[in-house]
Amino acid sequence: MPKRRTGARRSVLGSIGLWTLIGVFFLPFLFVFYYMVTTSFKSQIDIFSPEFKWVFVPTLENYAAVFQTGSFGEFTLNSMIIGVASVLVALVVGLPAAFVIARYKTRWIGSLVLSSRITPGITFLIPWFLIFSRIGWIDTYQALILMHVIVTLPFVTWLMISFFEDLPQELIDSGSVDGAGIARIFWSIVLPTTKGGIAAAAILAFIFSWNNFLFSVVIAGNSTRTLPVAVFQFMSYGSINWGAIAAAAVVMTLPVVVLSLFIQRHIVQGLAGGAVKG
Amino acid sequence: MATGTSTEVRAATGARASAPSNPGGRLGGFVDRHTRLVFAGPAVALILLILAFPIAYTLYLSLTQWTGSLTRDPQWVGLDNYVRIFTDDPRFWDAFGRTMAFTVGTVVVQTVLGVALAVLLHRELRLRGLLRSVMLMPMIATPVAIALIWRLMFQPDLGIFNQILNAFGLPGSTWLANEKLALPLLAVVDTWEWTPLIALITLAGLTALPAEPLEAAQIDRANAWQRFWYVTLPMVRPVIVVALVFRLIDAIKTFDIIFVMTQGGPGFATETLNLYIYNTAFQYQKLGYASALLIVFFALVFVLTGLTLSFRRARD
Repeated sequence: MPKRRTGARRSVLGSIGLWTLIGVFFLPFLFVFYYMVTTSFKSQIDIFSPEFKWVFVPTLENYAAVFQTGSFGEFTLNSMIIGVASVLVALVVGLPAAFVIARYKTRWIGSLVLSSRITPGITFLIPWFLIFSRIGWIDTYQALILMHVIVTLPFVTWLMISFFEDLPQELIDSGSVDGAGIARIFWSIVLPTTKGGIAAAAILAFIFSWNNFLFSVVIAGNSTRTLPVAVFQFMSYGSINWGAIAAAAVVMTLPVVVLSLFIQRHIVQGLAGGAVKG
Repeated sequence: MATGTSTEVRAATGARASAPSNPGGRLGGFVDRHTRLVFAGPAVALILLILAFPIAYTLYLSLTQWTGSLTRDPQWVGLDNYVRIFTDDPRFWDAFGRTMAFTVGTVVVQTVLGVALAVLLHRELRLRGLLRSVMLMPMIATPVAIALIWRLMFQPDLGIFNQILNAFGLPGSTWLANEKLALPLLAVVDTWEWTPLIALITLAGLTALPAEPLEAAQIDRANAWQRFWYVTLPMVRPVIVVALVFRLIDAIKTFDIIFVMTQGGPGFATETLNLYIYNTAFQYQKLGYASALLIVFFALVFVLTGLTLSFRRARD
C-alpha cells in the first residue's frame, strides 16, 4: 500500500515535470503570436508605454488604419490571384508528372523536381528579372504567376508522388480490364481516389505562394503588389505605425493558419519533400 | 450527376469498341503508348524552362560586365568576375563566413532542440493534437509577418525584451542594432521558426519504431538515458538526417527574415551570401558580377547538399 502511494506521487511529480518542460518549449511559440494579436488591438499609447501592458482597453483603430490605407483589399486580391493561378498551373502540370514518377520508375524526373526545390530562389530571380524587364513583363500577373510556379510545382509534385505510390495496383488494373486508356484511368479513377491528397497539396502550395516574399518584392510593382511586400513597405513610410503593422500581420497570417488546420497531417510531409510521412 | 457520368463512361468505351478508328481512340492509344512523355513532358519542359534556362543565362552573364542601365549591352570580360570574387572581394568572404556560421549554428541548435522536443512529446499525452497545431504555426505563418513582429519585440524603446530587462532593473540592449548580437538574434528567430519541423519529423520517426529493441533494453536494465542513446537514437537517426538535410538546404538560403529585420545591417553584420547577391544585383545593379556570385552560391548549395547526402548514404 505505501509503496503504491509513492508510485502515484512519483507519477504526479513526473507529469508536473513533463508539463513544465513542455511549457518551456511552447511558451516562445505561443508568446510571439499572443504578442502579435494583442499589439494589433492596442492603442498607440499602450504600445509606446515603457512597461508592457498585460491589461489594456482593446481598440480597432489599427485595423481601421490598415483597411483605410487604400489598397489593402487590392493587395489581398493580388495575393489570391497569383496564388490560385500558380497552384492551378502546378496541379495541371504536376499531377500527371507525379503519377508517372510514382508508377513508372522515372526517378530522374523526381530528381529534376527536387533540384528545383534545392536551387536558391535568387538563382531564378536575376535572369528572370532581366528577361521580364526586356519584354516589359515586370509588374504583370503572368510574370508573378510564372515565378510562383517555381514555388508551387515542387510542393505539389513531391506530395502527390507518395499519394500515387500508395494507390493499390488493382485499382488501376480494374480500369484497364474495362478497356479504358491510361488517360481515362487517371482522370476517372486515380484523381477522384486521391482527391484528399490533391486538396492538401493544393492548399500547401497556395500557402507557400501566399507567403512568398523574395520573388514578389522584385517582380511586383504598383498594380500587382502582394500582401507580404505591401506590409513590408508599410515600414518605409515615415514613422513606423507598429499597431497597424501588427494588425496587417494578423490579417496576413490568419488565412494561412486557418488553412493549415485542414491539412495538418500533410504539412511536414510537404516540407520534407515527401521524404517523411508525418 | 453520378449516374450521368457513369453512362458517359459506358457510352465512351462502347463507342470506342465499335469504332476503333475514332479520333478520341487514336489519341487515347497515343497516350497509352507514350504515357511518360504525355504525362511528364509538360512538367519537365516547364522545369527546364524555369530552371535550366536561367542558369545557362546566368552563366553567360557571369562572364560579362553589365552595370546600371539595362538598355546597354553586357560587356564580355571572361573570367574576370570569378577572379575578383576569389582574390579581391573581402565582402564576399565575410558574407560566406556569416552564411556558414548561420547555417551550421541554426541547424545544429535546431536539431538538438527538435529531437529533445520530439522525445518529450513521444508518449501518451493529453492535448497532443493541440500541441501539434501550435508547432505548425511558426513554420506556416507568413515569414514577413513573423519577422516584423520579432523586429518589434527587439525594438529598444518599446519592444518586449527591453521591457522585461527594465522590469528587473537591468539596462536595455540595442539588440538588432548591435553588430555582435544581430546575427545570433536572427539565428534565434530562425530556430524559433524551424525547430518544430525537425521535432515533427523526428516524432513521426519515433512513432514508426518497433517496440521490441526497447523492451529488450528494458529487460537488460538499461536506464532511460542509455535506452535513448544506444537504442532509440541509432534507430531514428536516418529520419533525423532527412530533417537535417532539408533544414540545411533552406537555412543556407534564408532571406525573408534577414531582409525584413536587418537588411544585412548594421553595417554588413548580417549580410549573408543571399543578401549580398541581392544587394549587388538590385541595389548596385552590377548584374554581371551578381551573376558570377550567384553561380558560386549555386555551386556551394549543391556541393553542400551532395556532401550531406553522400555522408548519409555512407552512414546507412
